[in-house]
Amino acid sequence: MSVTAMKPVQPVLDIVELSICLPTGADRALAVEGASLSVLPGQTLCVVGESGSGKSMIANSVMGLLPLPHVRPVGGKILFEGIDLLTLTEPQMRELRGRRIGMVFQEPMTALNPVMRIGEQIGEVFDAHMNVPADEKRKRILAALADVGLPEPELLIDAYPFRLSGGQRQRVMIACALILEPVLLICDEPTTALDVTTQAQILKLVRELQKRRGTAVLFITHDFGVVSEIADQVVVMQTGKVVEAGPARDVLQAPQHPYTRKLIDAIPTGTATRGPSTSDAPYVLQVQDLCKTYRSGNGLFKRGRSVQAAKDINFDLRRGETLGVVGESGSGKSSVGRCLVGLAPFDSGRILFNGRNLSQGGNFRAAAEGKIQMVFQDPYASLNPRHRVGAAIAGGPIAQGVSKSEAMARTMALLKLVGLGADAADRYPHEFSGGQRQRIGIARALAMQPSLLVADEPVSALDVSVQAQVLELFAQVREEFQLAMVFITHDLRVAGQMCDHIAVMQRGVVVEYGETAKVLGDPQHEYTRKLIDAVPRLSSPDEAPALAA
Amino acid sequence: MTFNSPFMRRYMRNKGAVAGMVVLLLVAFIAVFGPWIATNDPWGMVQQPFLRPWTEPGFAMGTDTLGRDILSGVIYGARISLLIGLVSTVVALLIGVTLGAIAGYFGGWIDAALMRFTEIFQAVPSFALAIVLVAIFQPSVGSIVAAIAIVSWPPVARLVRSEFLTLRQRDFVQAALLAGQSTPRIILTQILPNAMSPIIVMASLMIATAILLESSLSFLGLGDPNQMSWGYMVGSARTVLRQAWWMALFPGLAIVLTVLALNLVGEGLNDGLNQRLDGRTK
Repeated sequence: MSVTAMKPVQPVLDIVELSICLPTGADRALAVEGASLSVLPGQTLCVVGESGSGKSMIANSVMGLLPLPHVRPVGGKILFEGIDLLTLTEPQMRELRGRRIGMVFQEPMTALNPVMRIGEQIGEVFDAHMNVPADEKRKRILAALADVGLPEPELLIDAYPFRLSGGQRQRVMIACALILEPVLLICDEPTTALDVTTQAQILKLVRELQKRRGTAVLFITHDFGVVSEIADQVVVMQTGKVVEAGPARDVLQAPQHPYTRKLIDAIPTGTATRGPSTSDAPYVLQVQDLCKTYRSGNGLFKRGRSVQAAKDINFDLRRGETLGVVGESGSGKSSVGRCLVGLAPFDSGRILFNGRNLSQGGNFRAAAEGKIQMVFQDPYASLNPRHRVGAAIAGGPIAQGVSKSEAMARTMALLKLVGLGADAADRYPHEFSGGQRQRIGIARALAMQPSLLVADEPVSALDVSVQAQVLELFAQVREEFQLAMVFITHDLRVAGQMCDHIAVMQRGVVVEYGETAKVLGDPQHEYTRKLIDAVPRLSSPDEAPALAA
Repeated sequence: MTFNSPFMRRYMRNKGAVAGMVVLLLVAFIAVFGPWIATNDPWGMVQQPFLRPWTEPGFAMGTDTLGRDILSGVIYGARISLLIGLVSTVVALLIGVTLGAIAGYFGGWIDAALMRFTEIFQAVPSFALAIVLVAIFQPSVGSIVAAIAIVSWPPVARLVRSEFLTLRQRDFVQAALLAGQSTPRIILTQILPNAMSPIIVMASLMIATAILLESSLSFLGLGDPNQMSWGYMVGSARTVLRQAWWMALFPGLAIVLTVLALNLVGEGLNDGLNQRLDGRTK
């Protein structure tokens, strides 16, 4: 203590050579290997890394939340205000949690107890640590809710979580974590599950609160855009090791380690890479006045609620072109995608495929003859775990009457095309990583020799470096097969890189539709401008941001 | 399946399940080779009645009220108990999986109609229904199997339906739809293999329930009159329970051990087929 007290600023959290072991049979022995970092008071330290890099393990070990005994710290120290947290007993840790260290989790939709009122949940923090009279407790909870920018705290305090949106719930979680004014706040990917505009608000809130209270923040994220928005210091992790550490500006502007450079280069720039198309290739897809309404809760005795997921959607797509459908969650972009491939019926309007009207209903998919294919978002759910990869890819053509030997030959050629060896055909999906599975998903779609490919958020579940490779593969197969593609995404940067045209959707309506460079460079609609502004950028705002250029 | 597969590793970790498997294999062995093991015809009056266990060589479990060898009865009873347990479970699975799969896959009014039909069977007390069915069709192995199958398929249908409801929404099923695969093919090759784990676990427990049901029916005198069964032996010993405890005890123990073994095996299968359990203490 006396030695560190001599220094001008004593770090709030000082992790020294921390190692955390994994259970036997995992892909590596140590989840975290000799990681050191320190968080200074009033500063934000970002831990950046791809999935499996061990960044969340660090956050959980500080809080004492590791799944003991299989995953446990085996070396090093976690000094919190000079005390080694690893030597504390569980009751001592409990005393620190909530009072001295607060934590915000990734998934706001599941972090709150659905049957408990907001006020009660925050009140539990008081009950665990101190004796506060009920009226004062309520007063302080109200103040905390107002502090995190929630509207009408008097109403919200007695509301149940289902009334709140994802962003509002994350604000409640932050209020919960900060109510006893801890000196350290740990945020584990707090904005990953949120829309880009909500993410911008939450990041702003964290920054403000930190400035006002001088809290130290340990911020875990995979997104370098977020890092540049919020970080003072950055630590980059790769497979359990710290590969680079330093002030945010230095790491972002002049990354030293090749891995950091690779991560930063992999971020989609959002600059429109494809020039304005002057193609007069035939139309593959024409959508006219497409409408889709969801009705829910239609019971025997009550009228159901209806949500308009798509209203008067119009666009067309030529051979070899790509249309980006961009919007936040709930904008109806996925519903449009499902209507296009015939997985969901639509209410009215027309979908013309190669000039032929596809009537809705059961005949839609039959009429399309498998020439409209889809690539799904979740690479873990889109492959049948019980089918070998080769059979999964060949199954489609065989169902369309292609001979078995030809289907297998096609499968082998496609596996090679997407960058997997021929031996992949005899293996099961669980032997592949997320990015490889997405490649298999693309190969499966291509095996049908489609003329239209609908990709629903195909890269949003992938790490940024893998994402770049998969996007490259999409671009490659588009050229090779002259595919028309509908690319559904929430990420404007990805859309900018991939698409010829962009349609921006908000609450079921296309609010802006045009060439990519035009939509991103000179947005007409207010919502488009809001979306573009909310995208976290690497460069500081005074430099010319890539998107607005 | 080798001993080093993840399934076997998880199964072997459950010691109770290993013991259950040993007992079950023993019972199965006795059932298969019963006629060669048993020294007497189970119906033959071969010794004096009310013979206590271990008093005469070759009559380890004594004799019953008519002088029939109880050990031979227990051995032959294993055949009928396991046979009825297995066959009725297979029949119940066929009905339940078919109806549940159709209801869960198609949804809508088909689902509603099939589930109301299922509820009719669930609303009637199952044992009472089994008694009525056996009484109407005359007690025989066939009618007992039918009765047990008819009263035990509804839970299977409900389980399979709920599995299908969630699996149907998976992206790989949607991809199969887009590829133009036929409906039976999607049900049988895409969804059903993924729903097998809970069905297998349930089946092992259903065999146990079926054995109990058969024993209860035989106890009431509704067993097949040509087959020596554990339930019949307990039932016929009921009146002399205070004078001759062994007549009810040995067949009763056989029922308890077999059902217990099946339950333990079911639990082990549950552990073995549950991939998320790996690496957790249990």
